[in-house]
Amino acid sequence: MGDLTRIFVAAALVNNFVLAYFVGLCPFFGVSKEVPTALRMGGAVTFVMVLTAAAVSFLNAYVLPVAPYLRLISYIVVIASLVQIVEMVVRKVSPALFRALGIFLPLITTNCAILYLALFQYARGYDFLEGMAFSFGAGAGFTLALVLMASIRQRSETASVPAIAREMGLAMIIAASLSLAFMGFAGLFSSVA
Amino acid sequence: MSEKSGGDIFLRGVWEENPVLIQILGLCPTLAVTNTVENAVAMALATAFVLVGSSGLVSLVRRIIPDQVRISAYILIIATFVTVVDLLMAAVAPSASKALGPFVPLIVVNCMILGRAEAFASKNPFFPSILDAAGTSSGFAVALLMMGGVRELLGSGSLLGLHVLPGSWEPWVIMILPPGGFLTLGVILMGLSWWWRRGQKADETARPRRWPHGVREPEERAA
Repeated sequence: MGDLTRIFVAAALVNNFVLAYFVGLCPFFGVSKEVPTALRMGGAVTFVMVLTAAAVSFLNAYVLPVAPYLRLISYIVVIASLVQIVEMVVRKVSPALFRALGIFLPLITTNCAILYLALFQYARGYDFLEGMAFSFGAGAGFTLALVLMASIRQRSETASVPAIAREMGLAMIIAASLSLAFMGFAGLFSSVA
Repeated sequence: MSEKSGGDIFLRGVWEENPVLIQILGLCPTLAVTNTVENAVAMALATAFVLVGSSGLVSLVRRIIPDQVRISAYILIIATFVTVVDLLMAAVAPSASKALGPFVPLIVVNCMILGRAEAFASKNPFFPSILDAAGTSSGFAVALLMMGGVRELLGSGSLLGLHVLPGSWEPWVIMILPPGGFLTLGVILMGLSWWWRRGQKADETARPRRWPHGVREPEERAA
């Protein structure tokens, strides 16, 4: 059990997907203008991440030993179809949630954080349970980074910012300072890479 | 498209519609693998191979693919080229492949590549599509090299592994760590923004935001 907790915390804080590994940057900069949207996006990504982790542990056990060269193609096909299924189910079960998520839902397919999660799970050789802990942690870390970023950007909207920094410049500098802060978590575990 | 010469198509991707600096696409590799110039070069080459290959193939089969499944078809084509380059790099340049790690397979989800397939290659003949892809790849390489150059020079005092700054230079370790990536790109974007605005009055808005070539304006799309 201690091992699973460690995987969770490591994925959420120490090796935060966005701020330490630079994956999932498109939604990080694109959907981080308001906190409620950021929260919803984080929730949707976490959900798809957990499903992906489950599917990938199945693929790793039964398909890839037979055809290792299909790794990338099978992952991307699984992710794309999962997102499609989730979209259909959500539309049927909860039209309100479907409207709230809007365009973000289909865009999760091209969110590199999901594919990165699958590749990482393969490289680390995580089994099903470890994969679950890892994907929940990664999703929580992604949501945390997104919400922090959105809160700071909401504040900075009323500040007087030089014209040259108004578009992306300021967002980059904010991300740099967030990333700097998250480096402080590196001391949590000495043995986690 | 016919009024555009090949050179224009190429140059547009390099500067006017630079994928990273103007369109802010493909940020993940731009930030993740630019801590040394060598990594930046390897990443730029791998991405160029995938982009040119997939744009060419997409343009060749553009009349065969049904409209409803085109995005999935493009992703499969891209994933195939990425698998090729991934295995090729592992065999020919194992050290580069190790240094880039998962970022080679992650080329699949680089939105810049899918963007060119959807916006240009799916509507244009083979040779213009190849030129467009080559231009966009060069633009990507320019951005990667700017990032890699600045970060390696300040972060380890060297370029391509050769020490160019005097020994008394204290390396800014932060530049090769994650925060340095965000910081460098932020400073580069602000510098470019200043460059476009110079000579304009303060209240004039800078460059009007234009959609990349081949992408319809939102009003047009809604109609």
